[in-house]
Amino acid sequence: MTVMEQRGAYRPSPPPAWQPRMDPAPLLPDAEPYRVLGTEAAAKADPDLLRRLYAQLVRGRRYNTQATALTKQGRLAVYPSSTGQEACEVAAALALEERDWLFPSYRDTLAVVARGVDPVEALTLLRGDWHSGYDPHTHRVAPLSTPLATQLPHAVGLAHAARLKGDDVVALALVGDGGTSEGDFHEALNFAAVWQAPVVFLVQNNGFAISVPLDKQTAAPSLAHKAVGYGMPGRLVDGNDAAAVHEVLTDAVRHARAGGGPTLVEAVTYRIEAHTNADDATRYRGDAEVEAWRAHDPVHLVERELTARGLLDEAGIEAARQDAEEMAADLRTRMNRDPELDPMALFDHVYAETTAQLREQRALLRAELEAEQDRHDEQEGGAR
Amino acid sequence: MTTVAVKPATMAQALTRAMRDAMAADPAVHVMGEDVGTLGGVFRVTDGLAKEFGEDRCTDTPLAEAGILGTAVGMAMYGLRPVVEMQFDAFAYPAFEQLISHVSRMRNRTRGRMPLPITVRVPYGGGIGGVEHHSDSSEAYYMATPGLHVVTPATVADAYGLLRQAIASDDPVVFLEPKRLYWSKDSWNADRPTEVEPIGRAVVRRPGRSATLITYGPSLPVCLEAAEAAQAEGWDLEVVDLRSLVPFDDETVCAAVRRTGRAVVVHESTGFGGPGGEIAARITERCFHHLEAPVLRVAGFDIPYPPPMLERHHLPGVDRILDAVARLQWEAEG
Repeated sequence: MTVMEQRGAYRPSPPPAWQPRMDPAPLLPDAEPYRVLGTEAAAKADPDLLRRLYAQLVRGRRYNTQATALTKQGRLAVYPSSTGQEACEVAAALALEERDWLFPSYRDTLAVVARGVDPVEALTLLRGDWHSGYDPHTHRVAPLSTPLATQLPHAVGLAHAARLKGDDVVALALVGDGGTSEGDFHEALNFAAVWQAPVVFLVQNNGFAISVPLDKQTAAPSLAHKAVGYGMPGRLVDGNDAAAVHEVLTDAVRHARAGGGPTLVEAVTYRIEAHTNADDATRYRGDAEVEAWRAHDPVHLVERELTARGLLDEAGIEAARQDAEEMAADLRTRMNRDPELDPMALFDHVYAETTAQLREQRALLRAELEAEQDRHDEQEGGAR
Repeated sequence: MTTVAVKPATMAQALTRAMRDAMAADPAVHVMGEDVGTLGGVFRVTDGLAKEFGEDRCTDTPLAEAGILGTAVGMAMYGLRPVVEMQFDAFAYPAFEQLISHVSRMRNRTRGRMPLPITVRVPYGGGIGGVEHHSDSSEAYYMATPGLHVVTPATVADAYGLLRQAIASDDPVVFLEPKRLYWSKDSWNADRPTEVEPIGRAVVRRPGRSATLITYGPSLPVCLEAAEAAQAEGWDLEVVDLRSLVPFDDETVCAAVRRTGRAVVVHESTGFGGPGGEIAARITERCFHHLEAPVLRVAGFDIPYPPPMLERHHLPGVDRILDAVARLQWEAEG
């Protein structure tokens, strides 16, 4: 059966006969964000999964604080922290199978690392020694995308291509609340639904697009409601509840893999830090709001659940903390080394085969570098 | 290099044949765009492809150029070779962000690990009586973006040969199709297509000794006509067809200019900020001592593309080219 047949025909018929193509009710998100932790559903949550989520959340929180510190020390050009959003980051990575693909935005370094990418290579863009550090094919992670929502059609295209080739691969694309205003968000969701592509869109609604709050961004009942207009299900989930996000994403991934098409998931969360180290959040929001969200902390929510069920004790907490400290120490050590820069590499990957013009420019830069080296050597010689 | 001329083929037919042969040769080649499937494209350039290869290989997409190119990026990431049709030059603009921010940069961003072999076909240029937004010459925008190849055929043989090369290229190629030449015919044998020069090489279409006309795409036939007319004035004009704006063939262009000492660049695109400025600068930098006169440009005016009833005043024609040739300081000679 072709995709077109599967979705049913939709052609205008002469008036007065007209029928909606489908009943929109099943596509609608729940009225409240779905929660697991602190509810009755928590008892059914798999202990192993909770432990894995917890370990990754603790590491993720530590990664955020370490990267922020490295920015203050001048080791990173910029770091958009995902502190407060670790549940979304970690759950996104853990909801995927190895053969699946992740399409991150610039705030999703944690998801990239949780997927297995080397923590230093994940920071190449933000350190500024190249635009992307890791091989996308190794862990099936696309480069961090800086232009908002532009990575979403890539995820749709990749998922579509995989399906055409007969591979049961799913793509998970990450975007923020601000990104949902972009045209590429709309086009990606529309293509995904028309093609019934095996793709899942996770919107991390962290409340702000730099300084602009959500109510200036959209008049929709919720971002999840936008799904209905494309003919795909919208799911609303508590983005600080790692177990809930993991469950909703796992369901959506399974649904996509089984040929059910795309899902839009809105995870309601909060950006605890400023947009980046270069931003001043006190200009657009108050401490009280931030404190209220700190009380709903994604790391503590899982910790509390595990502790209450007797699955985690002080020693376990300390072990997780220790593991995160080791990761941070390793990150610190490696990031405190100056990256190796090769100016000649600027010309190496513009085209598969370089052009005559780039060969000339390459020679020009080489000559400049050699002259620089000669001057340096002369000065050294003079000093001696 | 010889071909048995069976019956004349149009440029549109040669382009169709190029896609058909590429699709037959490589299952990774996918054609996608607006109306390219059932209809065969508004210019019928994809005629028959959906029927022959199925809708999964030649796909009618939703009407959204950024989405078309953006999904093509993802398809290329997974190993396919998308051939994307932008329906008209001016309708390609919504896809600029994908083209500039991702398509042109992905190879460089990933240090060669994620090349994007995408061909973006864009029917371009005027002279077909199109209403607003149907006649733009947008090549300068593409030329200004490193990482893209910018290719434009002017002959039936090149239409086939260059499109096959573009689809086979591991780099993204913006393939500009001069739409007023879609129906131009040539004795070209579809069953034994001639090998053509590779992308990046210009070709001398008419040898001459007096001055060199440098052009591409829709202006080539105009320049050849001007060269014929110039004989009456005693000028023997050489005509160079660039074929590829990026990479640019400095070697062929400069060799030609060194032979004649005089050059006029001809294109439909605006003069200010258009390709002619770059070309004239490159010639001046490389061949200054061979020049008998400044390099001149004959281009479209620096105005928004005119309405169809006025476009003949805008497009470079034979007279404007000959006027430019006349201004090449002939009196200084001898």
